[in-house]
Amino acid sequence: MLDIKNLHAAVIDGEPILKGISLSVKAGEVHAIMGPNGSGKSTTSKIIAGHPAYEVTAGKILFEGENLLDLDPQERALKGIFMGFQYPVEIAGVNNAEFLRMAYNSKLKHLGQAEVDALDFEMILDEKMALLEMNQVFKERMLNSGYSGGEKKRNEILQMAILEPKLAILDETDSGLDIDALRIVAEGVNRTKNKNNALILITHYQRLLDYIKPDYVHVLSAGKIIKSGDASLALKLEDQGYDWITRA
Amino acid sequence: MKSSEKNYHQDYKYGFTTEVEMDSFLKGLNEEVIVKLSTVKNEPEFMLNFRLKAYRQWLTMKEPTWQFVHYPPIDYQDIVYYSAPKVKEKVDSLDQIDPEILKTFEKLGIPLNEQKRLSNVAVDAVFDSVSIATTHKKKLSDAGVIFCSISEALQQFPELIETYLGSVVPIGDNFFSALNSAVFTDGSFVYIPPYVECPLELSTYFRINNQDSGQFERTLIIADQNSKVSYLEGCTAPQFDNNQLHAAVVELVALDDADIKYSTVQNWYAGDPETGKGGVFNFVTKRGKCAGKRSKISWTQVETGSAITWKYPSCILQGDDSSGEFYSVALTNGRMQADTGTKMIHLGNNTKSTIVSKGISADHSSNAYRGLVYVGPNAKNTRNYTQCDSMLVGNHSSAHTFPYIEVQNQQAHMEHEASTSKISEDQLFYFEQRGISREDAISAVVNGFCKDVFKQLPMEFAVEAEKLLSLKLENSVG
Repeated sequence: MLDIKNLHAAVIDGEPILKGISLSVKAGEVHAIMGPNGSGKSTTSKIIAGHPAYEVTAGKILFEGENLLDLDPQERALKGIFMGFQYPVEIAGVNNAEFLRMAYNSKLKHLGQAEVDALDFEMILDEKMALLEMNQVFKERMLNSGYSGGEKKRNEILQMAILEPKLAILDETDSGLDIDALRIVAEGVNRTKNKNNALILITHYQRLLDYIKPDYVHVLSAGKIIKSGDASLALKLEDQGYDWITRA
Repeated sequence: MKSSEKNYHQDYKYGFTTEVEMDSFLKGLNEEVIVKLSTVKNEPEFMLNFRLKAYRQWLTMKEPTWQFVHYPPIDYQDIVYYSAPKVKEKVDSLDQIDPEILKTFEKLGIPLNEQKRLSNVAVDAVFDSVSIATTHKKKLSDAGVIFCSISEALQQFPELIETYLGSVVPIGDNFFSALNSAVFTDGSFVYIPPYVECPLELSTYFRINNQDSGQFERTLIIADQNSKVSYLEGCTAPQFDNNQLHAAVVELVALDDADIKYSTVQNWYAGDPETGKGGVFNFVTKRGKCAGKRSKISWTQVETGSAITWKYPSCILQGDDSSGEFYSVALTNGRMQADTGTKMIHLGNNTKSTIVSKGISADHSSNAYRGLVYVGPNAKNTRNYTQCDSMLVGNHSSAHTFPYIEVQNQQAHMEHEASTSKISEDQLFYFEQRGISREDAISAVVNGFCKDVFKQLPMEFAVEAEKLLSLKLENSVG
């Protein structure tokens, strides 16, 4: 589904951050990317999504065989790439439910299907909100505006549940969540998981991986994947930290 | 961004001109021109005297320079002060109007003929200096409402005009209002009799067509005791390389328990977005007087056009328990400049005012809010709430606020809130990452920002205003 080949990238007019990443993700798989602060984890996710602050200096990203780097962020999203933001932006004045419906309708329109009106959408929304045990007030509130860190993250997963992407990249979705919220969010993610979609989890902590079982774990350090393994790698990292790999 | 580079700045879609036979004066202004103007219009003597007095006063006045806008000096002798499509008589039937003009209004979305006209809005269409037609006359006159051009009102209801014209904006109020008082050619007149709620929305649509004529319209609205009216004006002009001067005066009078709601959607040609060449100078004096007890005047404006907008729709709260409101969205882009706001003059007891101003500046434009809240020494127990928000789009625009508060007694409650925000690349990326286009994202953010003002507009115009704003901002971000 996703093929990253020897990806080099930098902040526009700035320092190089990624220095040759290769990663292949197939449908049905869950990958976890871990690594010390500043290793390029968030940058990787933003580059896949097409954030304008970065430029790719070498390498390729293919999504279902298509060169992703030719597409703008909206086109990538419509192809089925979803990014759960580490720090979702606050947008005062835009109603959350309306925003979700805009996003949902953009997808329907892209698929050549009829758009849904506010009433029909409310039914879809109610079902997904129940899944994430979200309070109804989130329909009326402004997008991410004044939400706590945990509320923002839960709202990200709500968006994912509604848009049903092929590939979801969740950037530190677990940070800011208390233990109960983590369980609920993780269960929500697991329920959307199937053999046709794929998931990349960016996280610092093993505890998320207790709930969402990864098939592969990668360690990113200084812009490169320096080790890959199965779920047991995460346990070892939790136990021993990164030193033993980064020094090797 | 690839997607936003194509068709930078939608062309101004109202920029066309109409070929019609016109009766126009030669350029220039002197007492003779004013006498001729008054004679052509067959005006009563008091009107000519009013004009001459204004002209003489204007000659002694200086063009103000305190506003936060810059423009080259205006040559007042290089303007045509009267320009009218050739029509023999004031028409009763649309058949007598030049079909080109009817087409023009249809193109602007203001069909005037019976079959197509808006069913719930009565429209007075003004083309350059004169009123072309007013729709729904019968329904209005059945209710006792007078809605006609001010020229017609001068013939039919001279006493009303003599009583109220200049009663809110005196002849010598300011440079441009003095000029307007001397040379105004047409505009709308509304009178709502006591205990009548006007059965239709009233609307005037102003169209500048002649490249060299100034537009000096005059609007006078009187709401008698316990009456109610909602009025809307819209405006467009063709695209010319030179500047057209639009110096209008609007006066509103609300007697005891009367309620006037005045909405504006202004979309004059704003000049070339890259060079700033051309566009309308929109120098307008708008003022309402809450003369009666418990009366109410509410201004709502959506200013999206003009090279320069310079206006302060204001309320004089004279009657006890009267209230004034000002809701404004001012959008500037390209090289536009706006200096706009309001004045709330509290003179009566228990008077209330609300000011909600939303300024959006994009590209290389400059947008200023200027407002005065004045509470006189005898105005007890007054209240004002002011909210003044600016939004910046891109990195080259500017926003300014000049709030003045002057309170002459101890019993006033003043509240003032202000904020400045910016549409950021990160916000737009968030929308795009969810599959929403950049254009839709901008319009969602901007319309969210303006929501408090748009909800004051009559329904169909609120939708129009939202679309207009989105269109204008389409390529201004990033």
